[in-house]
Amino acid sequence: MVDVSVAERARPGMARVPALAVLAHYLVGYRRTWRAGVFSSFLLPVLTVLGFGVGVGAYVHRGVEGVPYLEWLVPGLIASTALQVAMAESTWPVHSNFKWIRTYHAQVAAPLRIGDILAGHLAFVLFRVLTSAATFVLVTALFGALRSPWAVAVLPVAVLLALAVAAPTFAISAAVPSDSYLALLFRFAVIPMTLFAGVFFPVASLPEALRWLAYATPLWHGVDLCRAATLGVAPQWSIAGHLLYLAAWAAAGWLLARRVFQRSLVV
Amino acid sequence: MVGLVLPRLVSFEGAPRRSASVAERNLTALRSAYWLVLLSGFLEPVLYLFSIGVGVGALVGDLTLPGGQVVSYAAFVAPAMLASSAMNGALSETTFNFFGKMKFMKLYDGVIATPVQPFEIALGELAWAMIRGSLYSAAFLLIMVVMDLTTAVRAVAAFPAAMLVGVAFGALGMVVSTLIRSWQDFDLMGSAQFTLFLFSGTFVPAEAYPAVLRWVVELTPLYRSVHLIRAICVERSGWSWLLDVAYLVVLAAGMLALASRRMGRLLYK
Repeated sequence: MVDVSVAERARPGMARVPALAVLAHYLVGYRRTWRAGVFSSFLLPVLTVLGFGVGVGAYVHRGVEGVPYLEWLVPGLIASTALQVAMAESTWPVHSNFKWIRTYHAQVAAPLRIGDILAGHLAFVLFRVLTSAATFVLVTALFGALRSPWAVAVLPVAVLLALAVAAPTFAISAAVPSDSYLALLFRFAVIPMTLFAGVFFPVASLPEALRWLAYATPLWHGVDLCRAATLGVAPQWSIAGHLLYLAAWAAAGWLLARRVFQRSLVV
Repeated sequence: MVGLVLPRLVSFEGAPRRSASVAERNLTALRSAYWLVLLSGFLEPVLYLFSIGVGVGALVGDLTLPGGQVVSYAAFVAPAMLASSAMNGALSETTFNFFGKMKFMKLYDGVIATPVQPFEIALGELAWAMIRGSLYSAAFLLIMVVMDLTTAVRAVAAFPAAMLVGVAFGALGMVVSTLIRSWQDFDLMGSAQFTLFLFSGTFVPAEAYPAVLRWVVELTPLYRSVHLIRAICVERSGWSWLLDVAYLVVLAAGMLALASRRMGRLLYK
């Protein structure tokens, strides 16, 4: 760093890890816009904890699975916040980078590979998820809603869950012809998943067919892991199974997204 | 304020026709995928009803209303879902879409070159939002009746109430649109909407809130709407809902007058 000559610094060189240069691009933009989103990504989950966990929790007299409702709900909300942030960051922004602002077209003209463009943007999504989840964990710790020091394990789980949903969503956002399809994605996938994948009430109380649908969603695996972590109990399914399932979504999503990006960016 | 709105509604011969043509334009401009977005809009409150009303309801059990009446949690939550979906439907049409048309598509710059006036644009957009909202409300009320959460007679009475909620929030949304500076402000608006959704006696009776919060909540438009529709759908007696109707009518008329004034100022430069 010290011995770099002026000439060398002026020369537009290639970053050692090109994806980091892409990440830096999004971070620079975020430095200007983070205030607008701070309310929705940090404060709203807290209000949900208050309004729902504390409010409705007062009426759930017997608790859930032997745990007070607030403590049972909080890990679910952390996972669903990770899902919401990951989806919000990988739908309209990605579509817009293809259709409206065309950031990807500019990036592909630079010495960046498709993998760099994709990895850099995904890294930014994970950064957003990680900071939101970390804030959530801190705030709920102040509420006394976390029972076990294992709660810190929630952070890597949130990141893995985010990767599992963001990667395939990148492929979808790149492929759809108009942004109306993204609204449909939220309506038919994200919202039902949030409402029925074990965040607000146990999946076990769903009818048989719907239960299996809930088990198939990546969110349920994230919720079960997060809940096990903050309550300090064993998850309902094996930890390795959960992690592998989420990793499979992430890997398949990555391959799919790369193919779609390749097809629409490389002429 | 009603005095400002009503004469214009009645005296201008062609005003209703011109407002209708604004709504008609929206229908013509619909594209294939957006149709699906519109049609599936009624799903959201239904999903919430099943998740919170039925799913969480199994954990909560029955709830005692302030009047002493005992109802199932689903029956308690359903009217609130109807009121908030009427709010969300009206707001999404009159803020996000309206703002886009006004500021980015410059649609109304073209419209005011025709005999259509700003007030008629406001009325036409509101009418369009109402058409959309009333379809959702009707579908939701039908589901409530099928699930035995209310009676058919009460559902018929709740329909105009849901429309009134939509008109009030639609008019409010148009005023907000004239105040909004950029897309970033929508994040703030969405947050305000969600906060109302959480704390308007939606999931627990307002009586359960701490005293200070409770009186703030009592003054908010969504709480009054929830109160109104819940009174119609489940409660046995009482006339306190007349207050809610008065509140919403005044809000709608006042906001509509304000919206058309502000739009006139924005469009006639």
